[in-house]
Order: sequence, then C-alpha cells, then structure tokens
Amino acid sequence: MKEKASKLNLWLKSLSLSLKDFFFRVGVLGKKLFSNYKTILGTSIILLYILVAIFGPLIFPYNQEINMVDKYLMNSWTHPFGTDWLGRDVFRQVIAGAGSVLEIAFFTAAFSVVFGTILGIVAGYLGGWVDKVIMSVANIFLSIPAFPVYLLLAAVIVISSPIQFALVISVFSWAGLCRAIRIQVMSLKERDFLQICLVMRMSKAHIIFKEIMPNVFSYIAINFVTALRNAIMASVGIMLVGLAAYDPTNWGAIINAARTKGLTNVNNIYILLYPLVAIVIFEVATLMVSNGLDETFNPRLKEM
Amino acid sequence: MNPETPLRGEKAIRKKQPSKGWLVVSRFFQKYSYFFAKIGVSLLTLTLTTILLFFLLRLIPGDILEIYALKLQNQQGISYERAYELAKQLLNFDPSENVFLAFFHYVGGLFRGQLGNSYLETNVSANSLIATRLPWTLFVSTVALIISFLLGTTIGCYAAEKRKGFLEKLTSGYVAISGSIPDYLMALLLVIVFAYTLNWFPAQGNYDSFSVEPGFNFPFFGSVIYYSFLPILAYALVQTGTWILQMRGSTIGVLGEDFILAARARGLSDRTIRRKYLRRNALLPLVTMFGVSFGNLFGGATLMESIFNYPGIGLEISSRIVNKDYMVVQGLIFFSAAMVILVNLIVDMIYPLIDPRVRKN
Repeated sequence: MKEKASKLNLWLKSLSLSLKDFFFRVGVLGKKLFSNYKTILGTSIILLYILVAIFGPLIFPYNQEINMVDKYLMNSWTHPFGTDWLGRDVFRQVIAGAGSVLEIAFFTAAFSVVFGTILGIVAGYLGGWVDKVIMSVANIFLSIPAFPVYLLLAAVIVISSPIQFALVISVFSWAGLCRAIRIQVMSLKERDFLQICLVMRMSKAHIIFKEIMPNVFSYIAINFVTALRNAIMASVGIMLVGLAAYDPTNWGAIINAARTKGLTNVNNIYILLYPLVAIVIFEVATLMVSNGLDETFNPRLKEM
Repeated sequence: MNPETPLRGEKAIRKKQPSKGWLVVSRFFQKYSYFFAKIGVSLLTLTLTTILLFFLLRLIPGDILEIYALKLQNQQGISYERAYELAKQLLNFDPSENVFLAFFHYVGGLFRGQLGNSYLETNVSANSLIATRLPWTLFVSTVALIISFLLGTTIGCYAAEKRKGFLEKLTSGYVAISGSIPDYLMALLLVIVFAYTLNWFPAQGNYDSFSVEPGFNFPFFGSVIYYSFLPILAYALVQTGTWILQMRGSTIGVLGEDFILAARARGLSDRTIRRKYLRRNALLPLVTMFGVSFGNLFGGATLMESIFNYPGIGLEISSRIVNKDYMVVQGLIFFSAAMVILVNLIVDMIYPLIDPRVRKN
C-alpha cells in the first residue's frame, strides 16, 4: 500500500516537473517569438479575424431577408458598408463570411501540413525506394497546373462543406511542403547528433519524434501560415468561378455575385471592394507572420 | 617461350572486354546520362499524370452519356441504343467498362491525338480549342514572363547591393504587397479601375473584331497589344515581385563569394563587377525557376482569363467546367500539364549548357 502511494507521489511529482518544464519552454518560445514586431502585428490581425469570425455573427446577426426598398444604399450608421442589390447589409455579410473563409483555411492548412510533414519526414529519413516513390508522386502534383484541377474536382465532387473544400485544396498543397521538409530532414541526417543517435541504435520513433521533429518544427510553423494564405487564395478563386457555392456569405461568393451582377454598375464595385480588402489584409497578416517566424528561427537572414 | 602467345588467363580477360561499338554507345550514354535521366523522369511524370487524370475522369457522373445520347437521338433520328453506342464512341468514355480496359481505351485515344470531344457542341473538341485558343494564352503568358523576368532580376540585383536605403524599402514594400494580393484579385482591381471606371482599356475580347482584320497588318497588332495590355500588366505586377525576391536572395548569396572579393581587390570597377561577375552568377539558379513560373502562369490563366474575358485556354477551361463539359476539360488539362512538363524538361536540358557544374553532380 505504502509502495503504491509513493509511486503515485513520484508520478505526480514527475508530472508537475514536466508540466513546469513545458510551461517554461512555452514561455521562452513565446518571448522569442514575440520579440519580432512583424510576428506580433500579423498574429494580432489574425486573432482579430478569428474573434470577428466567432463573436461577430452574435453581435451583428445577418438576416437574408430581401428588402427591395433599401437596395444599393450608401454607407451610413445603420449600414456601415451599404446594402446590396436585394437590400441586404454588406457589413453583416462580410462578418458572417469570415467564419466560412477561416474554417476552410484552417482545415486546409491542417490537412496539408499533416500530410506534407509525415510524407516529407518518411521520404527524407528512410530514403531509398520509399523516397523515390513519394517524391515522384509529389513531383506530379508540383508539375500539373493546380488550379484547373481544383476546378474540375470542385465541379465533379460538388463541394458542400468546408471539410470537403479543404480536402480538395490539400490534394495539391501538401507536395511543396513535403519537398521542403524532405530536404531539411536529409540535411539533418548528415549532422553529428543524428549520426550519434544512429550509432547508438536509438529507435526510429525516438529519432523521428525527439530529434528530427523539434528541428523541423520551425519549418512546419512557417508552412502552416503559408498554407493558410494559399488555401484562402485557392478557395476564393474557386468561388470566383462560381463553383462550390454552398455558402453565399463567403467572401469569394460575395465578390463573384457582385461581379456577375455587372461591373458597369458602380454600386456593385463598392460591394465587392469590402471582402476584397478583407482578404488582402488577411494575406498581408499571414505574410508578416511567416516572415517574422522566418527571421526568428533562421537568424542568418537578419545579418544579411 | 614465345612472347606472342598470350599468357594464361589473358585470353579470358580480352574476351570480357566489350567491342568498340558497344563502348562508343555506353560512353555516349554515360556522357549524356544527365539528359537521359531528365527525359526519363519527365516521361514518368507524364505517365503518372495520365493515370491521375484518368481516375479523375472516372469520378465524372455517368449521366453525361445519357444526355449526349438523347441529344444525338434527336439530332440524327436514330434509336436510343444506337445513339448511346455512338455517344460512347464519340466521347471515348464508358463508365460500365472494366477499369483496365477503360484505361487502355483512354490512353489509345490520347495516342490517336483525340484529347476529348465536346458533348455540348458538335464539331468542337479539345484539339480544335487548343488550335484556336492556345496562341492567345501563350502570347500573354510569355510576354508577361519575359517582362517580369527582366524587370524583376534588374531590380532584385540593385536591391541586394544597396541594402540600406530608400530604394530597398520601396522594393521590399512592393514585394510584400504584390505577394499578398492574389493575382486574380489584382486582375479584378485592374479591370475595375481601368476598364470599368476610367474606360481606358476594353474589358473583354482579344482584338477589335469590328474594325481590324486578323492577319499580318499593323492595325491588327496594335489592337492585339491594346486588348492584351491589362492581362499582361496583371501577370507582370504579381510575377515581378517573386522574381525580385528570388534574385535578391541569389545575389546576396553570390556577394559573399570569394571571387567577388578577388575582383574588388584587383580594383575592377563596380559596374564591371556587377555586369560580369555578380549578375551572371546570380541569374544561374533563377533559370530553373522559369519552368515553375510558366506553370503558375498557365494554371493561373484559368481565373485571370475569366476575369478579363480574354478568350484563351484558361477561359475555355473555367467556362466549360461550369457547363459540365468535362471531356473537353480533361483534354485541355492534360494538354496544359504536358506543356508545363515539356517546358520544365527544356529548362532542365538548357541548364547544364549554361552551368556545366550541374552535369557532374
């Protein structure tokens, strides 16, 4: 009985120690990350977008009712961005669309980072025929023009949910990440510490998760942010053609609707500008975060 | 002992040596092994692309055959069964077939040069569309590629040399903005500003079909350039940013090399160093980017051309996907993929001629 209690005690102690260690590491990492002004600015913009996506629709609910009396109103206090051709508030549409855009972006980034990292590490670490097979498959996806195939897939599958959308886009986006991670792992393999691990016959799991993963983590983080921007570019592009129109408040869908209404009407141009600016600001923010992360993790860039 | 008689075992050794002809062939292959490897890899990529597109084609809902058969039945006044058979033949597509058999039919169709017939319009196929639309897409994308390459490399080289100054801030700002605006949104902005608000440039078409006659005359060329100005501008604005970024990184790498230091020590002028040492060496790795960039342009054309209403291959792809004319679309996509692979192959082939170090590795 006593033995058991002491064991539990020991276990709790080790748990608290490892937790302390974890939080200490997170603190150090956070301090390191947020010493760069680009990272701070970019992250705060992205956080703002996420907050708007979560709480915006609660504060400014969007109603789809058609109100022909109010069509094409200019900016005012009740309608900050004016109204569209059916009298619906554009400001509330844009806010309602934020969630849909971000959902697609995060799912795509998550899928492509998971696929790309696993395949990249496997290809780089194992080498040989596994490497050849994975890289030749990745090369196809890098050499076929991606966008037409996105369109074809989107039309054939008839996308109706953000997860389907994310899967379609990540069919192509994993390949670039896979290649980058593979090169990184191959150069790591030549380094002394990994050679020592190999000589000591450590298990593959240990080498991959404890030695390689922390070293390619910065690449994964940067690529996650880049995948976010690419996902938004691709998803809005697909919607601009008029496919995957399952959510009329998605920014791409708003732009496409205004575009098909006819750009000769100046009012349609005004409607289209707000989601466009929102997309551009998000893209600038992600670019800043990825550049900032790059500068903190690869300090060679700074000196040059 | 007679010196002419061979020693024991020498005969066997001589036998093992290959004949002269074989030696020449094997040396030829060794010398150009780089090229053969590249050709092999691109053929493999093309094959895998075909397989991928074939499986995409299997996802297509089978009812297009029925729709087409009904249309043929009405047009030609034949029975539904015959029309169905005819539709299968014309589209080279049969969803009820065994996968392997269908694949052989598909590849056979590709080898016969049939990329796919339209089921919406008679006498329209991927081949005829490529013949009429490809020149426009090629014209716009190559001109944009050349302009952005020349501009981007020049600016990138300067930005790398003078790293503290107004110009550097300007270029890095430009790179950040052009990198964060998706190319089609840039195109949309240009169309809104120049075509719809200011009315300086046309918003659709590739030449003025009312006043000029296609042919070898100056009004036609002028009209083509006038109509293609906005698409080229949109491509060039976005692409220049990436070229600047690449060239800047490459030049910074070359600046640290010893031969630049040696050239400075010999007292060569800055201009000579820049022109003969810096730029040429920094340009080398950028040549490999040409293929990737061309692929981006070709893939991006789908959206860009539909925004500018510029009748090239991209507009055909996007409008036909929306109209569910999948057989033509897969042919066009196959063709674009083959073109991108070919351009990459050509770049890989030319590169060792420019930089002989590559072939040895």
